[in-house]
Amino acid sequence: MLRISNVAFAYGDHPILHDVSFAVPRGRIVGLLGPNGSGKTTLLRIIAGTLPPDRGHVEIDGVPVTSLSRRAIARRIAVVPQETHSTFDFTVEDIVLMGRYPHLGAFELEGPDDRAIARDVLQATGTLALAPRRFATLSGGEKQRVVIAGALAQASDALLLDEPTASLDLGAQLDIAALLTRLHRDRGTTMVVCTHDLNFAASLCSELVLIRQGRILAQGATADVLTPANVSALYDVQADVVFHPGAKHLTVVPIARA
Amino acid sequence: MTISAFGALLAAVCLLAPLVGSTHISLARAFSRSVPFADNVDAQIFFIARLPRVIGAALVGAGLAAAGVVFQALLRNPLAAPETLGVSIGASVGAVVAITLLPAFSIGGISAVPVASFTGSLGALAIVYGLSAARRRGMSSTVLLLGGVVLTSFLGAILTLIQYLSDFTQTFRTVRWLMGSLDVGSYPPIVAALVPLAIAGVGYAMLPRALDLMSLGPDAAAARGVDVVRAERVALVSASLSTGAAVSLAGPIGFIGIVVPHLVRLMVGADHRLVLPASALFGAAFLIGCDLIARTAFAPLELPVGIVTAMIGGPFFLWLLFRRTR
Repeated sequence: MLRISNVAFAYGDHPILHDVSFAVPRGRIVGLLGPNGSGKTTLLRIIAGTLPPDRGHVEIDGVPVTSLSRRAIARRIAVVPQETHSTFDFTVEDIVLMGRYPHLGAFELEGPDDRAIARDVLQATGTLALAPRRFATLSGGEKQRVVIAGALAQASDALLLDEPTASLDLGAQLDIAALLTRLHRDRGTTMVVCTHDLNFAASLCSELVLIRQGRILAQGATADVLTPANVSALYDVQADVVFHPGAKHLTVVPIARA
Repeated sequence: MTISAFGALLAAVCLLAPLVGSTHISLARAFSRSVPFADNVDAQIFFIARLPRVIGAALVGAGLAAAGVVFQALLRNPLAAPETLGVSIGASVGAVVAITLLPAFSIGGISAVPVASFTGSLGALAIVYGLSAARRRGMSSTVLLLGGVVLTSFLGAILTLIQYLSDFTQTFRTVRWLMGSLDVGSYPPIVAALVPLAIAGVGYAMLPRALDLMSLGPDAAAARGVDVVRAERVALVSASLSTGAAVSLAGPIGFIGIVVPHLVRLMVGADHRLVLPASALFGAAFLIGCDLIARTAFAPLELPVGIVTAMIGGPFFLWLLFRRTR
């Protein structure tokens, strides 16, 4: 269980977040939606403990994140960024094994257990065949699946995903949505997903938190929150929200700038 | 396995390099216990005349190569080198000040030049560290690179100014020092250089996995549990100490810090737990080899080793770049 309580943050005198509170119960997928500059990424960094909030706090299973070491946080929460670039020529297996970092001592090498975990998460993300490949040679969608595998190797309980599909083509976006849905179903992984893609969020998330200008506009079950009125309030866009029988989830059809 | 192969290469080079020179000596006689050392000319040439130079080359090569690896990972830039952040030219300014102002000064068998040179490198490090510490969360590698470039050209101007104001003899000594030379004729300078190198070595031992993760970016590293600010400090201080120690021992010797890490990555992959120790060992062996060429190619004339490393390193590096862009 992740609990975000009264979090506020400003870069210098430029306020980003005001009094943000919500909870992510274990095993849920919560989507964070909001326009550019609404504070979603900042909020994700605060939840991940890489940015201390000015006020308020984040708790993991009742423990304040700020009381934990970087390694202890990393064992509980992993982050999947929009894109990952490596300066050097690591293999896919290298990238996944790096997820074991917070579980190893300062001078400890990965053992058979770590390799078994790496194998398991490669399998779970459908990337086992890519293991010996060089990470830099993969497609965007393959890279993202490998990064998700590394995140699972690090902390199988909770993933924070920051625009995980923003730089992917349509097919790869659907692959990632299917992968995350499957991981949630098979492993009960808790996820917080920042995204601009309302249809991706509708297909994946059971709950949504809508953020505008650093404040929560609405939160609750996807079916209750994803309404034309909220889409309009969030993006100043007139939209239809319809249940698509083929996709079996709500879909948002933008119509015009409101 | 891989590391022991690099270790064996270095051991072989260390043992064989002192045998080569103007006077032929035999390894068996040099290590023979039957002749007292005072009468054993081979042993004297091996241990007194040639071995300090070989050890000096090993320390300088290892220090520069390891610093190159760390700067490349820290700045997430494969073109970074020990010279990039201005530590090397800081050492040069120190040396040139000593050559110009304190030509006859020495402490415990060590002349003022290496001491001033090392002090200069620490001064440059302090400025760079100040730049990085000015940032609240970790450092932007762009800011650090920019600071290093500006510091390098600023210190370069100071270097030129001192040379312009000094007399002919001092200028000649300065130019020779700036060419880089491993003319280490005794053990005290080596022992002195071992102190900062040992401190750097402790830092290097803590770093490899953090460097792997930091090459994915500071946020990605932090999310995986790396204390990024601390790792960056350890990296910056260790790499600067080993660069400073190397430059004060032998002058600024280029290309080792950039060519050796890239060559080693081609051989062992990207994992810094292999790249860092393998680069230190290979850098040591590579510089001993270059120094051997410098001593023998135009014997009895001795080339500055910096010319040899640049002659080998320059074309190699261009080849590497062509290969990357193809």
